[in-house]
Amino acid sequence: MFKFLEPNRIFSITSKAPRYVFILFIIVFFIGLFEALVLSPEDYKQSHSVRIMYVHVPAAWISIGIFSTITFLSIIGYIFKIKNFFLISKSLAPSGLVFNVIALVTGSIWGKPTWGTWWAWDARITSMLILALFYLMYLISWRIYDDNDKVYKISSIITIFGIINVPIIKYSVDWWNTLHQPASINIFSQSSIHESMLLPLLIMTAAFALFSLLIFLMKYNTELIKIKNKGLDRL
Amino acid sequence: MIKEIIFMNGYGIYVWSAFLFTFLSFISLYVITKSQYVREKNKFIVKFGTLDSERADFARSQSINKEILSNTSKI
Repeated sequence: MFKFLEPNRIFSITSKAPRYVFILFIIVFFIGLFEALVLSPEDYKQSHSVRIMYVHVPAAWISIGIFSTITFLSIIGYIFKIKNFFLISKSLAPSGLVFNVIALVTGSIWGKPTWGTWWAWDARITSMLILALFYLMYLISWRIYDDNDKVYKISSIITIFGIINVPIIKYSVDWWNTLHQPASINIFSQSSIHESMLLPLLIMTAAFALFSLLIFLMKYNTELIKIKNKGLDRL
Repeated sequence: MIKEIIFMNGYGIYVWSAFLFTFLSFISLYVITKSQYVREKNKFIVKFGTLDSERADFARSQSINKEILSNTSKI
């Protein structure tokens, strides 16, 4: 069913794509930085500290998006026995974890001038920390188990438990009284963010997405070469 | 103008440290991933060099192997 995604067919693309993705990332990232640090206005309440949003929010969005993708691919891969989906998931995880850590650290830095504290055991922040722990467990499972069937099973179970946390992250600010502000951007309703701030936010999100694509491609190629190395041993 | 970008009404230390942390995380992740890729590729080339001609021809007939050997990805 997913034959078009087989490594043999896509390696010629994935091995050449990183250089183009890298160039595109650099262009979008620098446009985003200029927009975020120079052109975008300061907030009437938070002043210039609002600029931290341009790294904090895209990092959080992408780490949640990557974890959701990993879960989806792991479940489909497990049901239909598609090994390549596990390889894709494994290659996505490192950038997901790094974006999660960026979201936590930049959120903490943002918290000091706005809330007066580096950290609070608030529902949104704690649930993001839990997501980071699930990323760690997922990556450790690949290191611990050598047997492929076992690692496919264990890593899928970790993602299934972890995905329960994703709606909690999303709705934590609505369900509980938190220090963290509610969402300013809504896909299905009117966003409360001004377009002069929305534009740099979207450009930085595009840059972060390109960076995660770049890391994914490099990691995926590495994993394929690792498999081919084992194949040479068997010749 | 430049002073405002650097100091940001006293918030510069927070804004710049958040951006710097992000930037350093990106560089670290890129360097680690790249070094893993180069290590595996070099291992592959060394192993391929030890094969006898019959096995090397067989291995070269596989498209991915051919791609790895010919791939000159600079990124």
